[in-house]
Amino acid sequence: MTYIAKPRLHHPSLVKNKAGYTRRDYEGAVSTLCAGCGHDSISAAIIQASYELDVLPHQIAKLSGIGCSSKAPTYFLGASHGFNTVHGRMPSVMTGANLANRDLIYMGVSGDGDSASIGLGQFAHIMRRGVNMTYIVMNNGVYGLTKGQFSATADKGSISKKGVANSDESIDLVSLAILMGATFVGRSFSGDKHQLVPLIKAAMAHEGAAFLDVISPCVAFNNHPGSTKSYDYVREHNEALNRVDFIESREEITTSYDPGTLTTVQQHDGSILRLRKLGEDYDASDKVAAMKRVQEGMAAGEVVTGLLYVDPSPKDLHHHLNTVDAALNTLETADLCPGPAALDRINAGLR
Amino acid sequence: MTKPAIAAVNDFVVKFANVNGSGSASANELFARAILRMGVPVSPRNIFPSNIQGLPTWYEVRVTEKGHLGRRGGVDMMVAMNPQTWAEDVKEIEPGGYLFYDSTKPMPASMFREDINIIGVPLTAITNATYSDARQRQLFKNIIYVGALSVLLDIDDNEIKRLFGEQFKGKEKLLDSNVKALNLGRDWVTQHADPAAVKLKVRRADNVGDRIFVEGNNAAALGAVYGGATVCAWYPITPSSSLAEAFQAHCKKLRHDKETGKAKYAIVQAEDELASIGIVIGAGWNGARAFTSTSGPGISLMTEFIGLASFAEVPAVIVNVQRGGPSTGMPTRTQQSDLLSCAYASNGDTKHVLLFPEDPKECFDFTADALDLADRLQTLVFVMTDLDIGMNHRLCAPFQWDDKRDLDRGKVMTAADLEAGKNFGRYLDVDGDGIPFRTYPGTHPTKGAYFTRGTTKDEYARYSEEGAVYVRNMERLQKKFDTARRIAPQPVRYSSPKPTRSGVIYFGSTSPSMAEALDQLEAQGHHVNALRVRSFPFSQAVEDFIHEHERVFVVEQNRDAQLRTMLMSEFTLDGRKLVPVLHYDGTPITARFITADIAKKLGQLKVVSFEKAAS
Repeated sequence: MTYIAKPRLHHPSLVKNKAGYTRRDYEGAVSTLCAGCGHDSISAAIIQASYELDVLPHQIAKLSGIGCSSKAPTYFLGASHGFNTVHGRMPSVMTGANLANRDLIYMGVSGDGDSASIGLGQFAHIMRRGVNMTYIVMNNGVYGLTKGQFSATADKGSISKKGVANSDESIDLVSLAILMGATFVGRSFSGDKHQLVPLIKAAMAHEGAAFLDVISPCVAFNNHPGSTKSYDYVREHNEALNRVDFIESREEITTSYDPGTLTTVQQHDGSILRLRKLGEDYDASDKVAAMKRVQEGMAAGEVVTGLLYVDPSPKDLHHHLNTVDAALNTLETADLCPGPAALDRINAGLR
Repeated sequence: MTKPAIAAVNDFVVKFANVNGSGSASANELFARAILRMGVPVSPRNIFPSNIQGLPTWYEVRVTEKGHLGRRGGVDMMVAMNPQTWAEDVKEIEPGGYLFYDSTKPMPASMFREDINIIGVPLTAITNATYSDARQRQLFKNIIYVGALSVLLDIDDNEIKRLFGEQFKGKEKLLDSNVKALNLGRDWVTQHADPAAVKLKVRRADNVGDRIFVEGNNAAALGAVYGGATVCAWYPITPSSSLAEAFQAHCKKLRHDKETGKAKYAIVQAEDELASIGIVIGAGWNGARAFTSTSGPGISLMTEFIGLASFAEVPAVIVNVQRGGPSTGMPTRTQQSDLLSCAYASNGDTKHVLLFPEDPKECFDFTADALDLADRLQTLVFVMTDLDIGMNHRLCAPFQWDDKRDLDRGKVMTAADLEAGKNFGRYLDVDGDGIPFRTYPGTHPTKGAYFTRGTTKDEYARYSEEGAVYVRNMERLQKKFDTARRIAPQPVRYSSPKPTRSGVIYFGSTSPSMAEALDQLEAQGHHVNALRVRSFPFSQAVEDFIHEHERVFVVEQNRDAQLRTMLMSEFTLDGRKLVPVLHYDGTPITARFITADIAKKLGQLKVVSFEKAAS
């Protein structure tokens, strides 16, 4: 029922952020997803992260593919332009959008069917190119909108609601993203907003390809015993490596932490990530160690969560292409059209 | 008994049979350019296999003082440099024609024909006596035959040397060695052969004028630069790859900031055609001008996205350099066989704007125009060129640009408009042309944001599956299509000097052969009016032309008469009136074919001219 506008009742006591907006200004339409859907919790986390980051609501562009997850952008950031593209091809559209205007924040929202099945190719290539974006997969291991078929991230051996066991190997998007060159890779759980909100904030501040795999149980088709993406299963098997605190660059860095359990990472834009160590000694800037830890977790049946890998000085696609600082969509005739004199010279060279 | 010998001045066809990858392409082009510099129009065509090295390749040069730039058909002189294709090359020569070959090794008489004239030059022997390096031998052998031919055909060697000078500016060593090779060929013929035995001659004329000599792909790429494209995404596919590469080359020269050296463009070689068009649509949605170039199989892959661009109303441009289909088809041969697959691409009731350039000049114009039209109409626009135009040098009018021309960004609502309280409905037709206003993402903090989607929606971009809302939107899109009919390039008419009831409709690369065929038909007493269609949706002038004539030949380079099908369905016409003239073997259509087919069909139809009927 997205056509029913959400009442815009602004409570005078709502706290405004530094940009002058309340949390309500980052909300979207009323969700039409099932009650209790993990995706709605992720939407709420995106709203919270955007509000806390003090970004102007219209300076975000949100893009998605097709599926339950891809419907989610309607339910957050109502003042942002959104693009519900075609199934599995959101990455290319987001790449083009990013090339056209490097000044916006790009939020790609996708699902496991959209990114790991039909869209696996584009998923890999957008990571390779280093598009400056936050790419969130709302991962429930199942096709919700077509009623319960396995997706490519469903774990081998997991049981569908109809009682069928999955015999195909699952695709681990986190491993793939690291392998393909994403410069910020994290995993979280829709039910853990304390971990998720700072991760989203850090991903949005990251000036490169940031990927977040968010396990998001499907209450309708994948929340039963035998599923490895149900609320109960993920809570029991969650192995958090770290807890991220995100501090914007302009804030003072607090120093009251125990050196044994905290490390800090400064991102290219100046923002600080404080990683509260929960697991064994884990260095999120070590790509090889990150790959190893994720694989070990999988072998042990753990869902390893937290900030798994970050390159604090990423290079994005605009850097590789050496594009001008101004957004390409602001260039005008005088900037782009070489004019008749240049054409005369070209003609002369073709005779 | 003297052998017959074709005699012609500035009106003959020379065909070079080579091995792919042997460096012959630049020598053959040099030959064509030298004749052009003598003021005599030429029309060269590459005939090449889907191969990098080793397979046969041909280069056919039509020397045509009258400026008939279509393929003529038939060969007056064969330069047979490929033993692999010797038999078929020799067979192709017209009776009385000439065979130029490497006579280093003696050949049995059975390898030749009685009715042709043989010119043997020991190219390998000359080359090997002068050069020891294998690569040099291969490359300079080509220049040596150009030198030999220049004497036989009376091509001014100063023009060739001038071309060397331009090509090797600042590389004196290369210049000298090329001149030396050229002279080796010239000297041998002068000393050992009788140039008068060859009665094909080039004579200086003044028929080139200010025309330029350029490939359509290069021209279209330049059109994209002038048309303000800032994002190009592409995937390599013959015969379109050189278009994106040319865009890159033009941008390197024309689109870097003078102070910072940074690029005012972004080019991405995508992982496939789906990603190419996705990137283009993303950029178009976000307010940048974007295009991709591809060919038939790429269009098949892009089809879902084409529907999205059309239904969500996102500007985008695809240059389709058509090749032989279906499926992988004939990748290195030409056809006009993607009309239907482009015009009605994607599921549901979809129609798209197509532009049909006739030559490189129009490739330039129409690519720039397509970028304007895509923004103006907020839809996807195809530029339908083909291999014949795209990958061959063609003589055409010089490129022109009006200094006062501004990029037409169409109906875009700005932050100031929104602030002033203008009513913004993304899919709301405010002035009756079917085209709504759009906003770029990031325009205003609280106004003008909307959700773009491929699902149905109402005037304010809200999701709706209500029947009445859906129909309203579809009718508006139809109205927009009617607007396109008026603002896309209009057809060009050529009227017969005598009144006639016969007409012919054609488009694209058929143009030069059609012009020549019209002359031939006129000379045979067949009066025909002609209309060159330049865009789809068809202008009203196209329907008027059809109604004006009793029968209309529709000339196209595909099997299924695709343009004719579109004319019939768009105008609800009686098919018997539209007579198909179809050429689709992968070679460019010739005037000989068109003339013969139309003359035959006029005969079958027992057409009596107005004059005869009156007498």
